[in-house]
Amino acid sequence: MDKEAAKQAIVDFINSKSKSKSKFYFNDFTKVLPDMKTREVKKLLTQLINEGVLEFWSSGSTTMYGLAGAGKQHATEGEE
Amino acid sequence: MPKHETPMVDQLESGPWPSFVSEIKRQSEARHQKAKEMEEAGKPYQIPVDVCDDLLGVLEMSFKDGTTHWKHGGIVGVFGYGGGVIGRYCDQPEMFPGVAHFHTMRVNQPAGKYYTTEYLRQICDLWDFRGSGLTNMHGSTGDIVLLGTRTEQLEEIFGTLTHEMDQDLGGSGSNLRTPACCLGESRCEFACYDTQELCYQLTMEYQDELHRPAFPYKFKFKFDGCPNGCVASIARSDMSFIGTWRDEIRIDQEAVAAYIGGELKPNAGAHASRDWGPFDIQKEVIDLCPSQCMRLEDGKLIIDNKECVRCMHCINTMPRALRIGNDRGLSILVGAKAPILDGAQMGSLLVPFIKAEPPYDEIKEIIENIWDWWMEEGKNRERLGELIKRQGFQKLLEVTGIKPVPQHVQEPRHNPYIFWKEEEVPGGWQRDIKEFRKLHQR
Repeated sequence: MDKEAAKQAIVDFINSKSKSKSKFYFNDFTKVLPDMKTREVKKLLTQLINEGVLEFWSSGSTTMYGLAGAGKQHATEGEE
Repeated sequence: MPKHETPMVDQLESGPWPSFVSEIKRQSEARHQKAKEMEEAGKPYQIPVDVCDDLLGVLEMSFKDGTTHWKHGGIVGVFGYGGGVIGRYCDQPEMFPGVAHFHTMRVNQPAGKYYTTEYLRQICDLWDFRGSGLTNMHGSTGDIVLLGTRTEQLEEIFGTLTHEMDQDLGGSGSNLRTPACCLGESRCEFACYDTQELCYQLTMEYQDELHRPAFPYKFKFKFDGCPNGCVASIARSDMSFIGTWRDEIRIDQEAVAAYIGGELKPNAGAHASRDWGPFDIQKEVIDLCPSQCMRLEDGKLIIDNKECVRCMHCINTMPRALRIGNDRGLSILVGAKAPILDGAQMGSLLVPFIKAEPPYDEIKEIIENIWDWWMEEGKNRERLGELIKRQGFQKLLEVTGIKPVPQHVQEPRHNPYIFWKEEEVPGGWQRDIKEFRKLHQR
C-alpha cells in the first residue's frame, strides 16, 4: 500500500466510525494497517496532523487522534 | 481587599509549615503591583491580571461545593507536538474569568537540574508576561511546570522557549515522558555512571517518541547513579537505570579504624543533631547488613562481596572508609508504576549489569526491543508493568533476547515463572516408556 492510500485508509476508517466515536487510540490505526510497522503508521499520522487533517486530543495522561474539528470541543464536553 | 472571600482556603495558611496559599497570595500582590510597570515597558500582561485571585476563588468554591470546578484535557497543544501541554478549563468562567483557561505547560528540565540565574530570570519573565507567574519547580515528572495560561498564548510561549531560550517542551500523554536523572558524577562520589550524559543522550535520541504519541500509554525513563536511588527510579519509572559495580567495595582499613576510634563522624556527621553515643560499627553497620556479608577480624573489616546486595548502608555510614567498586555500570529494571490499576508495582530486574558507555548502543537496543513488543501487544492504557504481568516475564526475556539468569528470580523454588521450552530440553517432552519402566516400577 502506498502512502497516500494508507492515509486515505486512516481517514476512511475514522469516517466509518464517525457516528459513535470521534477520538481514537494510536492502536486503532495499527489495526487498520496491519501490514505496516508501528513506526510507519506513526509517521503517516504525524503527516496527517501536520497537514491539518487530524488533530491530537490529550487528557494529560493519554493522547488520542481525531479529525480536526470533529466531535465535542472543550466548551461542550459532557453536554448533549 | 481580596477579590474573593476565601475563609476555608485561608485556613491552610495557619500551620507552621509553608503554604501554597500564601505563595499564591504573594504572587497575586506582585502581579497587581507590577501591572503598570509592564504596561509602560510595552509588555502588558497577556492573561488577566487577577488570575491568581480567581485561582484561590475557584479553590474556595470547590471546598464549599465538595467538587472540582476544573475540566481536564482537550485540543490544546503546539503545532506538531502531541504532548507538553495539559489543557485545563474552569467550569465557572463567568465568575472566574482569570482562570477560564488554565493550561499547564511542561518544560524539559536540564539533566541534573542545573540552571544559570540568567535562565531562571528569563523563564520567570516569560511566565509573568504570558502566564500566571506560578510555577512548580519541579513537578513530580521532573519537568519545570508552568501553571496557568490561555490557549492563544501557547504558540507564543513555545516560540520564545525554542527560539530564544534553546528550550524544549517535556512529555505528556501517551508519549515518552521527560527523562529524569540524579546529579550523578557532577556532585556525588557514589555515582557509578554519568547519569546526566545518559539522560541527555536518550532524550535527544528519542525526540520523536517524546513529542509524538504512539505508545499505548505513558512511558518513563529515570536514571539513578547508585542504589541509593535519589530519583526513586525503581518505583517510579517503566524503565529504571540504577548504577552499580561488579567488582569489590574498596576498603580503606585506616579509615575504618578512624570511624571505630571516633576520629571520623559516621554518615559524615549528618545525624549530629542529638547525641547517639559513641559509634558502634558492629551494631550500626555489620549487624544491619541485609545479607550479613561483613565481619570484623583483628580490627579489619572483611566483606564477602559476592553476597553484597548493594543496599549502600555501609558505604553511606562510612563514606571515607568504603567506596563503590571500580568496574562500574548499571542495572536495568522494568515495569514500575503507580497504583492506578492493579496496585503499585516496583521494577523487576531485567539486566543485572551493563556497561554505560557512549554511544550506549546496547542500552538503546534493549529499549527498542521492549518498545516494539509493548507497542505491538500492549492494550490501550496498559503500562509496561501490566503487560509483563499479563504475558509473563519470560516473554519479556524472549523479546529482548536476554537469557534467564539467577538474578531474575527472587528466591529459588518459589513462583518459578521461568520455564524450560520443549526445544531446550534434550529429547523434548517425549520419553521412551519402556526405558523409563526399566528404572521405575509402576
